[in-house]
Amino acid sequence: MTPNLESALQTDTVFRTDNLDIYYGSFKAVRDVTMEIPKNAITAFIGPSGCGKSTVIRCFNRLNDLIKSFHIDGKIFYKGQDLYASDVDPVEVRRQIGMVFQKPNPFPKSIYDNIAFGPRLLGYKGDMDELVERSIKSAALWDDVKDKLKSLGTDLSGGQQQRLCIARAIAVQPDVILMDEPCAALDPISTLKVEDLLQELKENYTIVIVTHNMQQASRSSDYTAFFNVQANEKGQRTGYIVEYDRTEVIFQSPKHKATQEYVSGRFG
Amino acid sequence: MALATDNTQGMSWHRTATSRFLDKGFFWLTAAFGIGVGIILLAIAFQVGRDAIPSIQKFGLGFLTATRWNPVEDIYGAWTQIYGTLVTSFMALLLAVPVGVGVAIVLSEDFLPPRLQKPLVFMVELLAAIPSVVYGLWGIFVLAPLLQGPAMWFYKTFAGVPVLGSLFSTPPTGRGVYIAGIILAIMILPIISAISRDALVAVPLELRQAAYGLGASRWETLFRVIIPAAFSGIVGGVMLALGRAMGETMAVTMLIGNSSNPSPSLFAQGSTISSLLANQFAEADGLQVSSLMYAALVLFGLTLLVNILAELLVSRVKLKM
Repeated sequence: MTPNLESALQTDTVFRTDNLDIYYGSFKAVRDVTMEIPKNAITAFIGPSGCGKSTVIRCFNRLNDLIKSFHIDGKIFYKGQDLYASDVDPVEVRRQIGMVFQKPNPFPKSIYDNIAFGPRLLGYKGDMDELVERSIKSAALWDDVKDKLKSLGTDLSGGQQQRLCIARAIAVQPDVILMDEPCAALDPISTLKVEDLLQELKENYTIVIVTHNMQQASRSSDYTAFFNVQANEKGQRTGYIVEYDRTEVIFQSPKHKATQEYVSGRFG
Repeated sequence: MALATDNTQGMSWHRTATSRFLDKGFFWLTAAFGIGVGIILLAIAFQVGRDAIPSIQKFGLGFLTATRWNPVEDIYGAWTQIYGTLVTSFMALLLAVPVGVGVAIVLSEDFLPPRLQKPLVFMVELLAAIPSVVYGLWGIFVLAPLLQGPAMWFYKTFAGVPVLGSLFSTPPTGRGVYIAGIILAIMILPIISAISRDALVAVPLELRQAAYGLGASRWETLFRVIIPAAFSGIVGGVMLALGRAMGETMAVTMLIGNSSNPSPSLFAQGSTISSLLANQFAEADGLQVSSLMYAALVLFGLTLLVNILAELLVSRVKLKM
């Protein structure tokens, strides 16, 4: 399945998946994902619960490796490199491809140490204070925390915590930021702040975002993939991509009836 | 006072008197249990303190630093026993903390297949179920002969070294402070590992994912995120273990030699406050009983002090992280 992505293909491709099947043990969670994710754009994954969008995004930084029964068929290329080749170190992959999670997960350390965690791991030799400040500013959090960098990151409000986590991900200057429902636990005002932030971040980063919020996908993203789920005769539910295209196409003139029904809120 | 009538389906919106009574009764019952524990603690402290008064009046704070314990002349000082308590407990911690936390790490990560891990967790906890008199016997008949050779080597090698040498300045015999310390280490190991393991397992998966997501390896995740997050739990386990080590009586009494002669050497025979109490209570009377009570009060105080220090340590480290 190759959607009309002329404009995407003209820009650089960051991820390319080729007939990707994802398994947990013998259970096939997602099938036949073939897609390309363009550079410096926001690509949204939408779809009903259990359709495998989070599972797919977690393959892009090999976070699924932590689950023992997990394995894939097919290929994922990151800038032409096979991500699951045997000589690829998943730890190095995750240093280039950052992740923001559904539930804000700051470390129980100071705000400063939360940001400095990644750079310290990577042996950053430059001016740490400056890097911390720059990262927090990029996450639009500086005014909230500039006077209390030494206090606990876990004492911030939920929305601030999530922006702290985004700042933490930015601090290692990754190439890509994956976001797994980053606003699911936030109030509407914090959500808008994070969405504004996304627009600024895409200047420098490639962003892939999983969201349950269709307004969010239509407001913020450049490309949208709609996932759906299908049960086989044994009742196992396998996710797949129904349609992947520019966001305005998905929301205004989708080719598939299921997409039309989902984005108009008739199911899901 | 009825606020509402029952619904038409015959279900009652009213609570019965029994239901209300059970609610209230349960509250008072648990409150009584909670307060009861506090009262027992205070009662013991009061009783011990009251019985210690004659000795406190006679020897004052000098009791803590004087090294003679002489029932014949009725002169008492507990420094030898305080030193023995501190040295054996400290030695036990020095050996058991690294091993215990290491065990906790192995048993909380997915290093081992579950089929091996589950029985191991159980076996470590079973160590705590062995009666202390059995530890004592094992110490006398197995551990002491086994340690004689290495201890002799330490004595011959280090006895002449300045400062450090004083710890090894007497020839090892089959009993002594060092054997008590080692047996205590084994006895407190399961406390440290079981509580540390619980603390490590309780660290939320999200934190682990956050660290991995930033490109931390397993070791970096473990040492920079998981262990710091579990730190207060681990310290709690260590403190409980230290309390056990300072108060442990039977095994220590069987192994330490029960000498009241002061010596800094680990190979010398010595005594702890609890071994002193166990040895002398049966035949003591008058000022000696009072002095034993005073020594018990000191042990009480030491444990309290250690717990306060641990609380301070935990809050200090929390702020730093």
